[in-house]
Amino acid sequence: MRSRLPWSLLAQVKRVTTRWAARVALPVALALGAVSVPAGAKEAIEIGENPVQERHMMDLASELRCLQCQNQTLAESNAPLAVDLRQQIREMIAKGQSDEQIKQYLVARYGDFVLYRPPLKADTFLLWFGPPMLMVVGLASLYLVLKRRNRRADPGPITTDQHERARQLLAGDEENQA
Amino acid sequence: MIAELGHFSLMVALAVALVLGTLPIVGAARGNVAWMDLARPAARAVFVLVVFSSACLVASFVRDDFSVVYVATNSTRALPLRYKLAAFWGGHEGSMLLWVLILSVWMFAVSVFSRHLPKAMVARILAVMGLVAVGFLLFILLTSSPFERLIPAAEEGRDLNPLLQDPGMVAHPPMLYMGYVGFSVAFAFAIGALLGGNLDATWARWSRPWTTVAWSFLTLGICLGSAWAYYTLGWGGWWFWDPVENASFMPWLAGTALMHSLAVTEKRGGFKNWTVLLAIFAFSLSLLGTFLVRSGVLTSVHSFASDPRRGVFILLFLGVVIGGSLSLFAWRAPKVGLGERFGLVSRETMLLMNNVLFLAAAGSVLLGTLFPLCLDALGLSKISVGPPYFDVVFVVMMTPALFLMGIGPLARWKQAELPQIAQRLKWAFGVSILTALVLPLAMGRWSGLAAFGLCLALWIFAATMVNLWARVRSLPGDLPSRLRGLPLGYYGMLCAHVGVAVFVTGVTLVKSYQTEKDVQMDVGDTVAIGPYTFQFNGITEGNKENYVFAKGNFAVTRDGKPAGTMEPEKRQFLAQQEPMTKADINRGLTRDLYVSLGESVGKTAWTVRVYYKPFVDWIWAGCLVMVLGGILALSDRRYRRSRASESSAYDATGTVVLPA
Amino acid sequence: MTRFAFVRYLLPLAVFAVIAAFLYKGLWMDPREIPSPLIGKPAPDFDLQALEDPTRRIDRKDMLGKVWMLNAWASWCVACRDEHPVLVEFSHTGLVPIIGLNYKDTRREGMKWLTEFGNPYQTSGFDDSGRVGIDYGVYAVPETFLIDKQGVVRFKQIGPVTPDLLRNKLIPLIGRLNA
Repeated sequence: MRSRLPWSLLAQVKRVTTRWAARVALPVALALGAVSVPAGAKEAIEIGENPVQERHMMDLASELRCLQCQNQTLAESNAPLAVDLRQQIREMIAKGQSDEQIKQYLVARYGDFVLYRPPLKADTFLLWFGPPMLMVVGLASLYLVLKRRNRRADPGPITTDQHERARQLLAGDEENQA
Repeated sequence: MIAELGHFSLMVALAVALVLGTLPIVGAARGNVAWMDLARPAARAVFVLVVFSSACLVASFVRDDFSVVYVATNSTRALPLRYKLAAFWGGHEGSMLLWVLILSVWMFAVSVFSRHLPKAMVARILAVMGLVAVGFLLFILLTSSPFERLIPAAEEGRDLNPLLQDPGMVAHPPMLYMGYVGFSVAFAFAIGALLGGNLDATWARWSRPWTTVAWSFLTLGICLGSAWAYYTLGWGGWWFWDPVENASFMPWLAGTALMHSLAVTEKRGGFKNWTVLLAIFAFSLSLLGTFLVRSGVLTSVHSFASDPRRGVFILLFLGVVIGGSLSLFAWRAPKVGLGERFGLVSRETMLLMNNVLFLAAAGSVLLGTLFPLCLDALGLSKISVGPPYFDVVFVVMMTPALFLMGIGPLARWKQAELPQIAQRLKWAFGVSILTALVLPLAMGRWSGLAAFGLCLALWIFAATMVNLWARVRSLPGDLPSRLRGLPLGYYGMLCAHVGVAVFVTGVTLVKSYQTEKDVQMDVGDTVAIGPYTFQFNGITEGNKENYVFAKGNFAVTRDGKPAGTMEPEKRQFLAQQEPMTKADINRGLTRDLYVSLGESVGKTAWTVRVYYKPFVDWIWAGCLVMVLGGILALSDRRYRRSRASESSAYDATGTVVLPA
Repeated sequence: MTRFAFVRYLLPLAVFAVIAAFLYKGLWMDPREIPSPLIGKPAPDFDLQALEDPTRRIDRKDMLGKVWMLNAWASWCVACRDEHPVLVEFSHTGLVPIIGLNYKDTRREGMKWLTEFGNPYQTSGFDDSGRVGIDYGVYAVPETFLIDKQGVVRFKQIGPVTPDLLRNKLIPLIGRLNA
């Protein structure tokens, strides 16, 4: 279906809370009237009943994976399941559930796949500790190798002949550089 | 007809590349001048043939030839010309042709700018690049030709993905590929040196400018990709640690380590094995990235349609190239002598630490990207590794390197004293910490993250300035002549390091202080964010060549005074199902204002997302300053000096002929 | 250098070989397929209106004591149309009751679809909000679950049920669960 729909038709895609908020909050705001805003203009209504909870939901959703998408967070995605899950999270936050509980809820249904921050378990041990171990082992081996190399016998100071030759070469090089 | 010509041209190019990949290398081993001399003309022939083939594809797009499958799937009649050109690399097949095209551009460049190199060296380098070209040309001809015909021809094409109809699409892939593919030159130099046994400071000097150019392009390419995602995707993000992004970032990390390692090999003759290994790594990671994007092994918003058979081919190719080069390394490297000794505290050691840290960082990104695949392959569990992991791990891995960036340039070669360095830097250190502790308050709210990041950025900047001051002080003459006396390569380093400081500042401040509001606005409504107020003034509708749009109008004020108008759009492309969001961004030196439309609600209201992003443009400014550093380094006088004297010092096999 | 010092130069090659092995295995896997964490756990409770009759309710507890199949479907789902004839035919064998989960659909569309393409379901739950679907970890219809007599989920199929799948996996499993 090639879409040339007017925007109002497109908007009839099912939305969950925001319509509700619009139907209730907008008339209420209109009825109460704006306070210190120019005549006719109103302060925009934040989506969701409670902006703080909304922010909380989006923060949480940005660490969760959209299951119907190609690698997007639950916060960014417009897929139907993402919209539903965001709504679900909103309700759980409103009920006072903790982040841990909400994550557990989703993991129980979709597995660890839904978390973008991999949980620290036996099989993710290497994932979380690998990088610092890599860094430490790398630097430590560096230290040991360099120490061992430096312990080898010193070739001794250079002779006067070598010193003279070096001086000549350097003088010639400086001429080239000028 | 044109498509067939394009296809045929690739076949001829394959044949020539085969010759290029075999005869010169054998010739170099045997001292056969005739075979070695084949390298340059063969490389140029490949270039001409691939350019011709690309021209055929471009012609098919411009002529709306929908009998070519690739054109039919990536274009429409109404597509603006510049996007018909960009559609060349809009899909898998075309992007593979772009890969080969850019490889042939680099081959041509090497064939032209290598007069000063010994014949055997040039022969080997071009031959290695020829072999890589053989692999890709075979892949294109056997599995992914952009010239496949569609019979019967389509009436109209399926259009280029709307997200790609943007100037970003015209610039980002070519720049990125110039970088990515450009590391093949450093790789070829390394293989050439391993084969020829002449891994020394001179080799490093030849190799270095090629690496710097490729690195500069790659930095620019990644920067463009990030900036493009920022304004195109509608939620103001600029880096997602998506597998395809990681695929371009890992070569960058290895390439940065390579550049630093090459400096040591050139100046001190040390780190030879490291440098060769890093060159192999950088290009291997480029190839690995090419595999990951097209094989269907990982999910990504950027990935092309996948096909296991294509994946097998590329994996085999990877096995041959990477496996072969690492085997060559294992065989030859033990015989390469160590450079001169250097103290435990010295610039060499710091640069070696830099190598280790950057490699560890690249390894961590690789680990995070492949880990879900590994767990799944072992039948363990199915996990996701995303930004929460990478953000933490990467910052931890990079912090020591950023700290070292201040100290390293001040350390002397061979032997340095920590107390002396500390003496020089104590003011820089103190100033950085104090300023960093206080500065966040100027942003309105103290933040530990901001203090930490600012401290690192200020440290790098201050230490770099100390370095410059110390260097200038030791020269004779008045200030202007002193400054002019310093080599451009040195300025390049300063510039690139400052670029990193700017980048870190941008990232830190935007992450600590950005705010957003998700609101529903009717005509006349206002929303305040930061010191700005936005008023929604309604929608105008209209249409362009291949889409209809709804454009929102927002008046921005700050403290009552007008500060601009913003017009985000919602575009519905005629050939697509999903509408596309085009955010509007009001850019400033110290902040970006970002507005994007959501959906329409009722008759006149719309959901809108408004962002206040302080210092976000410093992220890309920092990258551009790094690129500038690369350009400065390339403009250094020594690369422009005549090579006539050098080239005569070598005979046909590349052995130095000492003056009588 | 000792005799075995050269081994460390083989390290990068060895690391590459390991990575390549994983990549090869990865070519034949689907990175987007999510295995169900519900296998071996009790099937989530639900209490829905029947699609056919809003006054009747379907409860998971009704199915205890029987081996049964839950199939998530929707009228807007193209792949469901592919699998439907297979399910219709399977329902004629009467091996297990098939309960449908009409996921995020409208009653009218759902009933119309069943009338047009056949109804293999003993009954279908009307899950227009998708909540029950979320409880079952549905992310891409069609999805099919096999649940045993104690109400424990034993098998989940993501994607259409094919005759091969029925023959090789589902029917033998049903046999074992019924024994």
